[in-house]
Amino acid sequence: MIRRSLDVSDLPSIAFGAKAPLWWGVVGMMAIEGTALALVAASYLYLRGNFDQWPPAGTDPPALGAATAELIALLVSLWPMILVDRAARREQRGPVVIGLAVVTLFGLASLGLRSLQFAGALHCRWNTNAYGSLVWLLLGMHALYVITSTVENALILAVLVRGDVERKDYVDAHVNALFWYFTVATWLAVYVLVFLGARWL
Amino acid sequence: MSVPARALEIAHEPVDRESLARIWGQPPGLVGWLTSANHKSVSIRYMITAFGFFALGGVLAAIMRLQLAWPDMHVVGPDLYNQIFTMHGSTMMFLFAVPIMEAVGTYIVPLMIGTRNVAFPRMNNFGYWIFLIGGLMVWVAFVLNIGPDAGWFAYVPLAGPGYSPGKRVDIWAQLITFTEIAALVAAVEIIVTTFKLRCPGMALHRMPLFVWAMLVTAFMVIFAMPAIMVASTMLAMDRLVDTHFFNPAEGGDPLLWQHLFWFFGHPEVYIIFIPATGFVSTIVSTFARRPIFGYTAMVLSLVATGFLGFGLWVHHMFATGLPQLGASFFTAASMMIAIPSGIQVFCWLATLRSGRLVMRAPLLYCCGFIAIFVAGGLTGVMQASVPFDRQVHDTYFVVAHFHYVLIGGAVFPLLGAILYWLPKFSGRMPSERLGRWSFAVLFVGFNLTFFPMHLLGLGGMPRRVYTYLPETGWATGNLLASIGAAILAIGFVIFLVNVVRTLTRGAPAGDNPWGASTLEWATTSPPPPYNFAYIPTVDDHDALWSATDRPVVTGLRDDVREILVSDAIDATPDHRQHLDGGSIWPFLTAVGAGIGIITAIFTPWGVTIGAILCAITLTGWFWPRGEPSGEARTSA
Repeated sequence: MIRRSLDVSDLPSIAFGAKAPLWWGVVGMMAIEGTALALVAASYLYLRGNFDQWPPAGTDPPALGAATAELIALLVSLWPMILVDRAARREQRGPVVIGLAVVTLFGLASLGLRSLQFAGALHCRWNTNAYGSLVWLLLGMHALYVITSTVENALILAVLVRGDVERKDYVDAHVNALFWYFTVATWLAVYVLVFLGARWL
Repeated sequence: MSVPARALEIAHEPVDRESLARIWGQPPGLVGWLTSANHKSVSIRYMITAFGFFALGGVLAAIMRLQLAWPDMHVVGPDLYNQIFTMHGSTMMFLFAVPIMEAVGTYIVPLMIGTRNVAFPRMNNFGYWIFLIGGLMVWVAFVLNIGPDAGWFAYVPLAGPGYSPGKRVDIWAQLITFTEIAALVAAVEIIVTTFKLRCPGMALHRMPLFVWAMLVTAFMVIFAMPAIMVASTMLAMDRLVDTHFFNPAEGGDPLLWQHLFWFFGHPEVYIIFIPATGFVSTIVSTFARRPIFGYTAMVLSLVATGFLGFGLWVHHMFATGLPQLGASFFTAASMMIAIPSGIQVFCWLATLRSGRLVMRAPLLYCCGFIAIFVAGGLTGVMQASVPFDRQVHDTYFVVAHFHYVLIGGAVFPLLGAILYWLPKFSGRMPSERLGRWSFAVLFVGFNLTFFPMHLLGLGGMPRRVYTYLPETGWATGNLLASIGAAILAIGFVIFLVNVVRTLTRGAPAGDNPWGASTLEWATTSPPPPYNFAYIPTVDDHDALWSATDRPVVTGLRDDVREILVSDAIDATPDHRQHLDGGSIWPFLTAVGAGIGIITAIFTPWGVTIGAILCAITLTGWFWPRGEPSGEARTSA
């Protein structure tokens, strides 16, 4: 058989960013999670209309301490994650490993600070009233993002530390950073809505 | 990075088809089922399972029609009737309509765009198992008399803890969790596959309309399904851990449920309908022997429908006493969506009118679709008017309307599509005679079943009543509908006989029995595990009707699972990527998630249990196993 052909054997075997299918997969996951979170936030604003005062009478606004500390921790963690992201694109194992270890610790710190919020700093429980239910749902959903993201960070860290690294592992590390950015950005949104909104709305 | 189109002879480098078949295939038997990473075998399983649920939902419909055939019947009591109509709706929407469309999509899309597999083959298998576990859960519950009974949209407060004690509604809420995970997985799969794995030359403006339809559908799934996940999670929490999302006594709001539900529920209709338009465009073009009339208008209509579909949800809530301005907005939006649907209908008619028609059974189904769907669309436009809507709200008029749009708009094209692609799936031709008979019987049975329901609804018969008194005057219409249902059932049996007959003794089909234009017909029937020995290139959306002799892709390895990844817009080749093979872990992850979700019906610890099981199984899933990926390992 003689046919013209398009020879692709010289093409690279990995790619980063929007060129990589995995990047699109993570963007899809972020779109799904982001839509879900936005709908819960919309529900929070929708139910706001059922109360004269917000938070409802008898409920204090949530304390700012632990939540603000968590916001600062997560914002600071962007810096090592950006370094991981860049080092992964250059396929440098050392910086990726160190950076992921640091971000994993930040993830654990975030979860610790979140526990403090659930332990009383919210000044309401999920069954206090509809306001309490929504505050707990917003923080609970976001806690799942932090847990998922931290488990992923730890898993990729373990794969890289274990040795026998493949080039596509760097694509994983790079794409994984995207979900961490999402986790940080959504905490900023939840913080503004739940902690500042309770004072401003 | 683009590739220079080097012309060279490939006679001296034939690919090793045996090696390709080995690495892209799956082990035989149960192990293959559990571990498969082949999009075609997962899809076939998906389709058979979804049709299985369709049959079960159909049996429930038959029981309802038997019960309503005559006034004062007592085939089933009110409690069982409530479970039956809830299970019928939930099964048809969540276990049949959405899954079957995505299943056909994950089979056909990779072939139509000229690639070897979907982008995340293990994820694909995971989605199937989650779907199956969810479907089995709800049906086992139904058999044990704990089937959901608050309607397929589970309105609160009826579905809340106060009026629905017990576990029936919780089963429904978790059915949602299962099927939404499965639907979202398939949607991401279709989007990434479509954007990144198209063969060289298939720029977006050369993508077949069916692929466009699946792409728009997948986007709608991504933005609509989270609403029902959020809503059903809130409902489950209200019932299990005393939250107050929908409890007005504590500041919650039952209308919040309706907003969230229909923000999903209305796009859902288009999630079911848009793939069907893809079937129709494909089949009409093939049997009219010409490219579809108005390709660009068709694509824009699909996209417009995708957007407008999100602006209509409140028209399900006209009876809740909304502000008039809001109602007017949604009336306008509801009427506006008739425009892109109308454009598509006119393009199909123009294609049929100007083509050289070959009247075969799949095309008959599409013609039936156009007739029934237009009727259903018209009653839809009628209901966009608030005064009319309030008159017929919750009556059989609505039942008639949505069966016209769902059976007419989705099931008829689907049956046509199954007949159309059966030669590709099986390598054998269906019987034309049986195909025509099944169409004729289904068409008559359908209209006899559902047309009288318009009149019953206008006559005041409410939906979801388990019986009625003779004095209501509804007996004749109901009897006709029940006779129609029996005819409809016969039509489905004829269709099934045709499928079974095709699989056992259909004539060999050959690669392209219909003379169609899209790439799935450029390979054998059924396709080999690797789809194409050489990835094709295209220069038109009707690739196989293009006169030019197109080059094929060489240089992809045939000893490891390698795919060609291309640019999202213009499909220029970008890189070669190793694709994961079969694995047991997706199945185990589905089982772990299933255990967690089902336990969460009884205790909130189910969430923790599920999370731990998923963390373990996902680690197993992603842990590198030193499989050859064709890539040199860097030194540690």
